[in-house]
Amino acid sequence: MSQDNAAKITLSGVRKTFAGGRKVVLDHVDLEVGKGESLVIIGGSGTGKSVTIKCMLGLLKPDSGAIYIDGQDVTQMSEGAREDINRQVGMLFQAAALFDSLPIWENVAFGLLARKMCSRADARDIAAEKLRLVGLAPDVLDLSPAELSGGMQKRVGLARAIATNPEIIFFDEPTTGLDPIMADVINNLIVHVNQEIGATAITITHDMVSARKIGDRIAMLYDGRIIWAGSTDAMDHTDNPYIQQFIHGRADGPIKMAVRR
Amino acid sequence: MMNPLRPIGRAFIAFLATSGRLAAFTALGVSHCFRPPFYGRQLLRQIIEIGFFTLPVVGLTAIFAGMVLALQSYTGFARFSAEGAIANVVVLSITRELGPVLGGLMVAGRIGAAMAAEIGTMRVTEQVDALTTLSTNPMKYLVAPRLIAGTVMLPLVIFVADIIGVFGGYLVSVYKLGFNPSNYLQNTWEFLEPMDVISGLVKASMFGFLTTLMGCYHGYHSGGGAQGVGKATTNAVVSASILILCFNYILTLLFFSKDVAG
Ligand SMILES: Nc1ncnc2c1ncn2[C@@H]1O[C@H](COP(=O)(O)OP(=O)(O)OP(=O)(O)O)[C@@H](O)[C@H]1O
Ligand SMILES: [Mg+2]
Repeated sequence: MSQDNAAKITLSGVRKTFAGGRKVVLDHVDLEVGKGESLVIIGGSGTGKSVTIKCMLGLLKPDSGAIYIDGQDVTQMSEGAREDINRQVGMLFQAAALFDSLPIWENVAFGLLARKMCSRADARDIAAEKLRLVGLAPDVLDLSPAELSGGMQKRVGLARAIATNPEIIFFDEPTTGLDPIMADVINNLIVHVNQEIGATAITITHDMVSARKIGDRIAMLYDGRIIWAGSTDAMDHTDNPYIQQFIHGRADGPIKMAVRR
Repeated sequence: MMNPLRPIGRAFIAFLATSGRLAAFTALGVSHCFRPPFYGRQLLRQIIEIGFFTLPVVGLTAIFAGMVLALQSYTGFARFSAEGAIANVVVLSITRELGPVLGGLMVAGRIGAAMAAEIGTMRVTEQVDALTTLSTNPMKYLVAPRLIAGTVMLPLVIFVADIIGVFGGYLVSVYKLGFNPSNYLQNTWEFLEPMDVISGLVKASMFGFLTTLMGCYHGYHSGGGAQGVGKATTNAVVSASILILCFNYILTLLFFSKDVAG
């Protein structure tokens, strides 16, 4: 495993509420991600997985608690310092969030151009290369995002997230909406980015096949807390009823889905 | 029993909170206009959007405003045989008031709505968040270029509109009311002072700033979904229009206070 002892990201007692405190999404989240580690966050729909990574990215501000990246508390940082931290991250949004006023290649190369890492001509070549990694042919380069299917947009979002070779990458449901074969291509890509390039990866997924393949460690979010975290092997052997229910996808168990009739 | 003062107090606090948020947004947006990096492509896009694509609608507004002014002042002034003043009335009304105000309102409808819809859509589809994760400050990338383009380009658009409006008045006066063309033009120039035009252009600049500010502010704070974006768009147009009318009065008072007092 590529895990290292130093923690890259640490969440300690993170609390996040909405609607003026009436809606508690994250109650008290403690979580540690090692440098070079691949962590998978699982949990029911609407439990706050996306909110958790948005807090790590600084897109949402926790009500209380601290988030350390490389030992620095990013919740207390100035905007400028926060921007410096963001230079080393990449993010794949759940709904891709491509810029619909820009062609595909500029979407993929956006981070490179924003960080002035290369010229526009080179950026286009890099974009073509990254698109190839996610299984897209160069003929999409000049299309606009609206001309692509949902799964293709997702893959462009992935190419954009990895284009700058970030040290920390967040993937919000990378394989949702893809066929099983393409899902496996993406899983391999994430493993590659994590193991060969050495990036710390944090992935949200509902897809247990994908979770097993890309995760060094799995953490489960339930009711505003991380109720279980451990290696992929440990997950299969734990008798934690929440984990068992979730990985086997049973409707009966301690996790009660809010089903309204 | 419910305290009757409570809703009033709550509304007042909400008003203060909104004003504070708007003031902070304005200060931040303006400060980003002066701090690098600057996004030239974005600025150019907005300059073309405001400076070029609003010309037809503003030009049409101006020409009809000029034409109707000539017609109205003719029928009105004929009652006390002051038809000679038509040229002055047209040029002063257009440059000082109708050019900037009518043009500004048209631009508020066109540009304010477009900006609120675009930025609002970007907000609800998380494109604004995506900018942040790609080392790009959304205030600098989205808001600053729009504020600059609005403030700089609207005076140019309104200057063109002034000319078109005066021309509209000329058309009606010469071809419909039978004025002598050279007399009419001479009357137009004779009493026109630089301040008349300049005050109108300063107003236009202010209106351009207010319109783009409202478009950006409401888009930026747009709520979820298509409904949220729709509401942001409506709010942008309505608030920009009201602010334009408000500031028009204030600026007029500032420019011509000595004429009023004297
Ligand atoms: N900006 C917001 N304002 C109000 N509530 C929000 C906001 N963002 C998220 N929430 C709420 O927080 C909860 C968790 O949302 P989140 O998007 O993190 O879920 P999730 O775990 O990612 O679910 P899914 O697997 O369906 O993507 C939801 O109930 C959602 O309604
Ligand atoms: Mg989510």
